[in-house]
Amino acid sequence: MRRTLLQGLLHRPLTEDLPRGEEAACITLARRLDAAAQRMLGRGLSIRAVDAGSCNACELELHALNNALYDLERFGLRFVASPRHADVLTVTGPVTTQMREALVRTHAAMPAPKWVVGVGDCARDGGPFAGSARCCGGAAAVVPVDLWIAGCPPTPSALLHGLLTLLRRPPPGGTAPAGG
Amino acid sequence: MMSWQEAADCLARGSATLLSLWGEPGAVHLALWQDGAVRHLAFACPDGRYPSLGRCHPPAIRLERAVRDLDGLDPVGLPDPRPWLDHGPDPASYPFLPAEGAHLHQVPVGPVHAGIIEPGHFRFTCDGETIVRLEQRLGYVHRGVEALMQGLPPDTAARLAGRISGDSTVAYALPFARAAEQASGTEPPPRAVWLRAVMAELERLANHLGDVGAICNDAAFSLMHAHCAVLRERTLRAAAACFGHRLMMDVVVPGGVAQDLPAAGEAILRALIDEVRLRVPPLVRLYDATASLQDRTVGTGIVRPELARQFGAGGFVGRASGRDFDARRMPGYPPYDALAFDVPVLAEGDVNARVWLRIREIGETLGLLGQLLDRLPVGALRTALAGQDGEAVTLAEGFRGDVLIWLRLEKGRVARCHARDPSWFQWPLLEAAIEGNIIADFPLCNKSFNCSYAGHDR
Ligand code: SF4
Repeated sequence: MRRTLLQGLLHRPLTEDLPRGEEAACITLARRLDAAAQRMLGRGLSIRAVDAGSCNACELELHALNNALYDLERFGLRFVASPRHADVLTVTGPVTTQMREALVRTHAAMPAPKWVVGVGDCARDGGPFAGSARCCGGAAAVVPVDLWIAGCPPTPSALLHGLLTLLRRPPPGGTAPAGG
Repeated sequence: MMSWQEAADCLARGSATLLSLWGEPGAVHLALWQDGAVRHLAFACPDGRYPSLGRCHPPAIRLERAVRDLDGLDPVGLPDPRPWLDHGPDPASYPFLPAEGAHLHQVPVGPVHAGIIEPGHFRFTCDGETIVRLEQRLGYVHRGVEALMQGLPPDTAARLAGRISGDSTVAYALPFARAAEQASGTEPPPRAVWLRAVMAELERLANHLGDVGAICNDAAFSLMHAHCAVLRERTLRAAAACFGHRLMMDVVVPGGVAQDLPAAGEAILRALIDEVRLRVPPLVRLYDATASLQDRTVGTGIVRPELARQFGAGGFVGRASGRDFDARRMPGYPPYDALAFDVPVLAEGDVNARVWLRIREIGETLGLLGQLLDRLPVGALRTALAGQDGEAVTLAEGFRGDVLIWLRLEKGRVARCHARDPSWFQWPLLEAAIEGNIIADFPLCNKSFNCSYAGHDR
């Protein structure tokens, strides 16, 4: 183990700069972000993820944000276990009828101010599961969504850019997406 | 053809293994594994009732409850009247099984869990720290995928198949495509068949790497997790560079593949193979030489071989408990019949065995990828599906185990489809494996199973 740790210390970090590219295209603001809340939250966000019927691929990419190459925490973003500790709720999946109540309750358990980020095409409008009688057709049908990150699933860099938008730090190499 | 009663007898005696059970209006279907072949039988039940198999063969119970929920067919004699996939109008009234005793307490967990995890409910009954009974309640991510597929052209339905369980998108798209090809009488071009195997093995590699790290992480050994996560990321990036999508969604399509390996693809994949070959052995030594980690994984969450056999558990759950089954070998499908690989099998059935199974399979997968690249045939990528009506049952080995697809095509569209995730026969074993363990070992045990909620609930 000592060897592995030592190599880790001597090696240059694997973490990469925030990737540039067309990520901004994947991000849409659903509501005007409250400037006061943004100021209040400063430069850190605690995120609670809820899978509301995802195929689990969106979860895999959310997980990838924690790996050494993306290293989410260097931006002050971290996933937390309890909604009571969270500023941001990420919702994946089309919101199945059987996850609806759990989603509502998780959102209700978060202290204000709070934001909701719809992750993936499913969360937007049901995506590939749109039209199913077993789904609510996306996150906005159940909780107020502030921001969408498109993709099936969104890549980790799209996710990073999207979450950083909440901190009102325009992604380098691109402008902050227009409000709508 | 075998009668329903004969099938029930074979299952109860153990001379056949249940592969799946599903319904449609007026008929219930059964797929069995017997004498080295897949057998499919349908039982007409115009009155909506059929004799329960779960009555004499417990692995059928959850499937029969699901068929009752989704298709309204009643399994006569099934002792469990509770719903399974459909929680109904009053989900809170679901009666959990009783556990009685003087010092018992219950711990309800989920559906929302404390990490980035899929939703499901676990009801633990404990005596102090020791788990006396775990009962699962699933169905939260039921999206009605099979119903959505009805009437769709096979290409569109294939996209849905690839999103039943996203971590196994290739493992679903592959048997779906093969079922569409067999049902319609189409032969996919050889290059496509080989490229599909490249993708299937990349998917297996990425998931096994992720799992080995995540299991160690749940034993509070995050160093392994950090290293494995980097290797997993490298694998996904290689997949994206070669097939245009990190998870390779929508590349396996009915009739072939949607895109070719780019000119640089072979070099990218060979570099990946070399890197994993170089970096995994030191990590394996680290796993093996860390006493605090071994203390958590050895002897924890044991699945008895009899149970693995009875439930027909596939993948690392079955093979770590002595069940020698891998759909790539038996019944087998191309191109694996032309490739050399071992199917590792262990007997201990604990968390450690499930970790080792994955480690061994990573080695086999690297070997397979090398062979696939060496001998990749040239030629066309896709054939149009022939128009003929028909139905087919196919199996493919995903990282988690064998995925079964039954597909019926009519007039060039999907009339019905059934998809059975390997998790159906693994989830129940988790309930058994955790009994007598401490509740703090549940996350570790659960991760070593890594069952799919989405694949199960579909
Ligand atoms: S958006 Fe795509 S990847 Fe994400 S949950 Fe939906 S189907 Fe899966």
